[in-house]
Amino acid sequence: MSEQSLSGDRDPEGERVTRTSGPGRLLVAVYAVFAVAATARALYQILTKFDDAPTAYLLSAFAAAVYVVATVALSRSGAASWRIALTAVVVEMVGVLVVGTITVTDVVDFPADTVWSDYGRGYGFVPLVLPVFGLLWLRRTKARP
Amino acid sequence: MVDILVYAIVGSSLLYATWALVAVVRNQNPREPFVIGAGVVELLLLVQMVVAFVVMIVDDGPSDAALFISYLLFTVLLLPVALFWALAEKSRWGTSVLVFAALVVPALVVRLQDIWDGAPGV
Repeated sequence: MSEQSLSGDRDPEGERVTRTSGPGRLLVAVYAVFAVAATARALYQILTKFDDAPTAYLLSAFAAAVYVVATVALSRSGAASWRIALTAVVVEMVGVLVVGTITVTDVVDFPADTVWSDYGRGYGFVPLVLPVFGLLWLRRTKARP
Repeated sequence: MVDILVYAIVGSSLLYATWALVAVVRNQNPREPFVIGAGVVELLLLVQMVVAFVVMIVDDGPSDAALFISYLLFTVLLLPVALFWALAEKSRWGTSVLVFAALVVPALVVRLQDIWDGAPGV
C-alpha cells in the first residue's frame, strides 16, 4: 500500500486522483479500522459462542467480510477495484439499513449484536454514515477512460 | 487496570485529537510535533499494556482474557499504523487520519476497562 501512496506524494500538483490520497486517506483509514474491528468481533463470537446465536454471528462475519473487501478495493487503483469497491459499499449500505431497521423495530428477534445493529449505534453511528462518504468518494474518483 | 492511567490516556488522546483537528482546520500537514504527540500517547498505552500483563500474571486478570488481550493489541497497534498511514499524505487529510485514530483510542480504552471489570462480551 505504501509504494502507491509514496509515489502519489511526489506529485506537487496533486493532480493525480488516486483513491488513497486526499479525503480517501481518511476514508480508507476508517474502513480499515472497521474491517479489523468487525473481523475480530466476528471471530470471537464464532469461536467462543457460535451456538448462542448462529444467524447473528454469521451476519457479523458477513459484515466483516464486506468491510475487508471495501477496504482493500478502496485502497487499490484501477477500474476493476473501483467496481468491487462500489459493490462492497452498496452492500454495506443495504446491510446497515436492513439490519438497523430490523433491530430497531424488533420485527425479528435478534439475540446478539452486530456492527450494523441499531444502525451501528454501538459504533457511534459511523457504520451508517460511512457508506455515504464511500459512495461520494467513489463518484469523485471514478476512472476516466 | 490502573484508573489513573486510563484517565491519562483518555485525556491525552482527546487533547491530541483536538490539537490535530485544529491543524486540519488550518489546512496543515501532519508534521513532526504530531509524531512526538502520538509518541506520548503511545508510551502511555505501552505502559498500560505492561501493567495489565503484570497484573494478569501476578494477580487476577479479566475473566475473558482472550478478548481483553485482543483489544489490548489493537489499541497498542492503532496509533503507529495510523501515523504511518497519515504521514504519507502531505495534506490536511493526513492530519485528519490522526484525529480519527486519536478518537478511537479513548473508545478502545473505555472498552478495555469494561472487559477488565467483567462486562458481558461482544
